[in-house]
Order: sequence, then C-alpha cells, then structure tokens
Amino acid sequence: MYKILRKETLNDVVELMEVHAPYVARKCEPGQFIILRVGEDGERIPLTIADFDREKETITIIYQIVGYSTKELSKLNEGDELTDFVGPLGEPTKLHQHKHVVGVAGGVGSAPLYPQLRALAQMGVEVDVIIGGREAQYVLLEKEFRKFCKNVYITTDDGSLGEKGFVTTKLAQLIEMGEKIDEVIAIGPVPMMKAVVSVTKPLNIKTSVSLNPIMIDGTGMCGCCRVSVDGKIKFACVDGPDFDGLQVDFDELIARQRMFKDEEHHVSENANRMCNLMGGVK
Amino acid sequence: MPNMSLKKVKMPEQDPQVRNKNFDEVSLGYTCEQAMEEATRCLNCKHQPCKKGCPVGVPIPEFIAEVAQGHFDEAYEIITRENALPAICGRVCPQENQCEGQCVRGIKGESVGIGRLERFVADYHREHGVKKEATIEKNGKKVAIVGSGPAGMTCAGELAKKGYEVTVFEALHKTGGVLSYGIPEFRLPKDLVQQEVDGVAALGVDFKTNVVVGRSITIDELQEQGYQAIFVGSGAGLPRFQGIEGENLNGVYAANEFLTRVNLMKGYQFPHHPTPVKIAETVCVIGAGNVAMDAARTAKRLGAENVYIVYRRGEDEIPAREEEVHHAKEEGIIFKLLTNPVKIEGEDGWVKSMECVEMELGEPDESGRRRPVVKEGSNFTIETGTVIVSIGQSPNPLIRQTTPGLDTQKWGGIIVDEETMKTSKEGVYAGGDVVTGAATVILAMGAGKKAAQAIDEALKD
Repeated sequence: MYKILRKETLNDVVELMEVHAPYVARKCEPGQFIILRVGEDGERIPLTIADFDREKETITIIYQIVGYSTKELSKLNEGDELTDFVGPLGEPTKLHQHKHVVGVAGGVGSAPLYPQLRALAQMGVEVDVIIGGREAQYVLLEKEFRKFCKNVYITTDDGSLGEKGFVTTKLAQLIEMGEKIDEVIAIGPVPMMKAVVSVTKPLNIKTSVSLNPIMIDGTGMCGCCRVSVDGKIKFACVDGPDFDGLQVDFDELIARQRMFKDEEHHVSENANRMCNLMGGVK
Repeated sequence: MPNMSLKKVKMPEQDPQVRNKNFDEVSLGYTCEQAMEEATRCLNCKHQPCKKGCPVGVPIPEFIAEVAQGHFDEAYEIITRENALPAICGRVCPQENQCEGQCVRGIKGESVGIGRLERFVADYHREHGVKKEATIEKNGKKVAIVGSGPAGMTCAGELAKKGYEVTVFEALHKTGGVLSYGIPEFRLPKDLVQQEVDGVAALGVDFKTNVVVGRSITIDELQEQGYQAIFVGSGAGLPRFQGIEGENLNGVYAANEFLTRVNLMKGYQFPHHPTPVKIAETVCVIGAGNVAMDAARTAKRLGAENVYIVYRRGEDEIPAREEEVHHAKEEGIIFKLLTNPVKIEGEDGWVKSMECVEMELGEPDESGRRRPVVKEGSNFTIETGTVIVSIGQSPNPLIRQTTPGLDTQKWGGIIVDEETMKTSKEGVYAGGDVVTGAATVILAMGAGKKAAQAIDEALKD
C-alpha cells in the first residue's frame, strides 16, 4: 500500500498529493508518469509525475477531478493509502542543452511541465514559461515556476489574472518580438497543444508535447494508448508520453479520447444513484 | 479389461445458448463416476507416448490408473510432482497437439480425455484435498523472477521447493500474467488462478506487484541487490497491428486491450467495476488463434448480435485449440475464412465498416501451411462497429532496452540456450513467450521448469 503523506487543494477542481512510493521515487525522471488505483475494483489512472523526493521516497501528483475515478481519489486524505501505485512509466524527457526554452502550460499541464523546466534550468538553459487557465484560480504553480524561470507570463480566458487571452497569443507575441526560441515544451489539454503547434509549425520551431491518451496497463501491453506520430503508430506508454509535437496527429488523438465518453457519464450517474440508494454508505 | 468405447465420456457443459450470455465457466467438469469411467479407457501402454507429448513430462498413465481406482489424492500427488498448475493446464493446454495427440486410442476413435482427467483431479483436490504445510529448509540463496505468468510462477514454485528465497516481480496490480488479463473467466475462472498463485505463495515465494522490471528497477540493479539468478518470464505483451488504413479509429481494439478491459478490469461488470468496454451490434475479430476465439466469445457474451472471425487462411490452418473453435461455433460465432481485411472505414472517427478481400490457398509457405493468395477483384464490405485485432503479440521491449549484454532476436525475443534457458548475460535466464513469441501456457511452464533446474545446478554447492 502507498501512503498519502500530504494532500492540498489547489483550486476547486485540482488537488495535490504526495505519496510514499519507494520504487518510483528512486528511479523517476522528468516526463515520466505513474498509474494508481483506488480500491480493489478501481480503474487504473495514469498521472504524470509533478515532483519527486528521492530521500523521502515520495512522488507528488497533481490531478483534476474530472470523472468517477478521480472523484474516488479525491475522497482520500492524508494518512490514507492508495491500493496501487506503479512506475515510473514512459520514457524520461530528452532534455537538450539549448540556449532558450519556452514552456507552455494549460491548466493541470503545469504539473508535468514543472519538473522538465526545472531540470533544464539546472542545466543552465534560459527558461521562460507561459501559464494559462480559464480564470485566475486555474493558473497553477506560478510561485514554483518563478523560482527558476526568467520570465513567467500568465494568460487567463477572462483576464482575472495576467493578460486576457490564450497561451498561444502570448507565444505568438514573443516570437513576433524576435525572441530566439530553441524549443517550446507545451503540456495541457490536447486542443491547446494542437493550437501551440499551429503557431510553431509554420516557423519550424522544435516543439515537444506530452500526450495523455486513454491507457490501461501503461507497460506496452494493451495498445490502447496508440497515437499517430509522423504517420506511424506509437504507444504513448512506452514510446512517449513526450513526442515531437510537429509530427503528432492531434485530430485523431482528440477523437480517440472520446471513445468512452458515454460510459464515463454512465458510471458517474450510476455511482450517484448507488450512493443515494445506500444512503451514502459505501 | 479396458473400456473400449471409441468416444470420450462427455463432459457436462453449459448449454451454448445460455452460456453465450454469461461469463460462468463453459465446461462443468467430470463427476467422480465420469472420471473413473473415462480413466478405464487408458490402455496403460508400456511406451507411454502421451507422456512424451507433455512439455512438462507428467506421468500420465500412472495418474490415470489411480483415477480409475478412485484414488484421486494419489493421482494429484503424481501430477503435481511434475506440474504445479494442473487445474490450469487441464483447461487451457492444446492437448490434441500434445499428450492426447500421441494417445494410441486416438488412432481409432477419440483419444483418452487426459486434459479432462487432469482437470478433474485438480478440481477434486481443490474441493476435498488436505492442504499440506510445506516444510522447506531455506538455503539462503536469492532468486528473482520477472513476471508472474505461467513461466514465472512455475520457475518460482520449483525453486521455492528446493529452498531458494524467491521474489516474483509483477508489473500489473494483479498476479497471473496472461492467466489473469488474457484468458477469460468462462474458460479459466479467476478464483482458480488466484488459488494456484496462493499455492505458490504458500511455498514461501514473495510476490511483489506494481514493479515494472526495466523501469522501476533494472536487471543489473537486481543483481546488485544480491539476486544470484534472475529468470525473465515477461511474456509477449506488445500487440501487433496489420498496418492497414483505419486501425486507429474508435471501435478498433487490440485483442489485448479488449480482453484486459473485460478480464483484468472486470469490464463485463461495468458500471459496478468502473473500467468501461464498448461493443457494437456487429463485431469483427481479425485472426483465428486462441486469443481471437476468446475475444469473439467475449464479444458475444457482452451482447453483440453478430460476431465474425475473419481469417485469411482456411479451416485446417486455424491455430486455436480444437475445443475453442468447436465451442465458438456452438455459441454462434460466424467464421469468415479465406478472408483478409484491407481497410477499416470510419465516420466521425468511429468504425463503420471493414473492406475485405477473398483469399485462396496456394503453395505451402515457410511455416508449412499453404500460403493465402488474394483473389483479385473479390473486394467486399462488412458493416461493423467494432474490430478486434488479434494477429499476435511481440515480446515487451522494456527489458531488452534496459539490460546491456542481453542478446535478442531481430523480432525482440530473448535468445537462450534451449537446454538451460540461459541468456547471453551471466546469471540471467529466460523462458516462455518472451523467448518463443506468443505460444502456450504449458510451453511457458516447461521453460520455467527447465530454467529452475538449470538455476539449481548452477547455484547448489
């Protein structure tokens, strides 16, 4: 079992947990992910590693409560234990000794981006970040990024924090102003990553993205997480999750993420109904 | 005087039209009387051809002789000297190509039902047998096993019996490997798999789930931690695709994904188990191996109206076990033989239909089977909402990518000495599907057993 040592609420839909997981904490590198389960019947939930502490043997995860299984996860508190916690999975990010890298984070995308940019900064790379969110509370890890980023730009859809607009607007602006960017690392919802690539691709700016397709085992066994990159089938769990954004077929990925949309709704409905039937006892 | 009936005593089964709507086991197993009657069909031949057909060398005539006399505990004792997992083998071995294929009674009439008898003995023991406390003296030598499937479990069990301190590392949250995620409940009940795992654990084997060797820890690190021998039985998990248009449409599954959702994650009990599985009214399964049969029969049970097996060769070339093909047909699975998919067509990202061509058989190819050749201009379309690709798996690449000095074949299989299962890396052994490519449970067990013997030879004083 894997004990939850710390739990924090980051905004009304996003939480953070620090979990004791020695095997993962000893080996993980930026870009890798874990899979966890809550309860003996639980779904396998993949989450990218937001931080790690080799001495305490802990892993930090940041997750958004979106459906039944993340709701179940959210019910747990400090001192509780996760049924399963496996990793590190996926290939570590290939960190290049560039001069200047711009990270682009959308929503919880800040979490996986954070260890990547921190590692680059430690290598002496000049790092900027653009953090986007629907409104102020969804802009995550600003304080943490400020510790090592030269510039932190913030955009919100409603203008409640930073500039009103999208991360892509800001990125395009930086490029227009003549910033020399060696690589863009974009992590967030798929439509956001697609939009970032639509800015960088015409200029042939190297762009790395971290993909989160539907996944079960996370070790290359089920083939569920396949994505098309440069016209070839890749498994995000063993070949990724980082890929060359300029080569990813985002439209296919967006379609594939809809595979179980009806069922997700159904399981939540059913859980609510079961809960009502049993008077909230579960 | 032996029982000279030409046919095996029939094993009771659920009615096909009932069972194709539930996930309970298809075959119900012999009663004591039926088992004893079937056992008397054995001629107890001196040269024991059946035993030579068994990859783990079970002394078949000897255990059958005990069954014939109603000595079921003795029969169990004899089988388990050579085979640690009889309840599983009795159910999933391709007996027609092994023990039963060699049986003299098969020359005229049906062979002795060896698989059915093995299953009976194991089940009888499970229900009535007395569990013996294992008193094994530990020798203090540590061995690591990678993967808790049939190869790893067998190797672990054999070594534990000899006193080794064995740790099994399993990547998934559940032990059993393909027995848990691949083979469906109706063919191999999961509580039975669990009992077999518990049996191995009772020998003192330590199972560590959620450890992905190659990621969580490497082979080299295991050696540094003092494991004197390591057996790799990580299986052939990586699914293959045909490389035709439309394979990434929604509604196209690799058989592994489909079966994992249903078996490991219990998707057939959705939404009580939250992992979903979606199935259309018409389902096409590409391929005709055991995995394809499992997928097709599972799809039927999930409520699909029409389930097709689409296979490019003919009836004689079908690689699945005879019994599975027979059961599938009984349950209403439609076989579209000499048919090869060329394209999957979609609408709004979802599968709508599959375009196929008819095939005919030409000259034998390198596998000895007649090569299927496309009939020009024979293209036709099947309307379908789900396609399950079941054309084979390759070994998982994680271990070969992270283990320097481990030689592998071009296609990814680990290269071993076939006598000792030794790899090119000192102290590292391998067996099962990771060596042979996707094969059978019993061959994997045979490899695990051989490796255990070789490890013992190498490590004993």
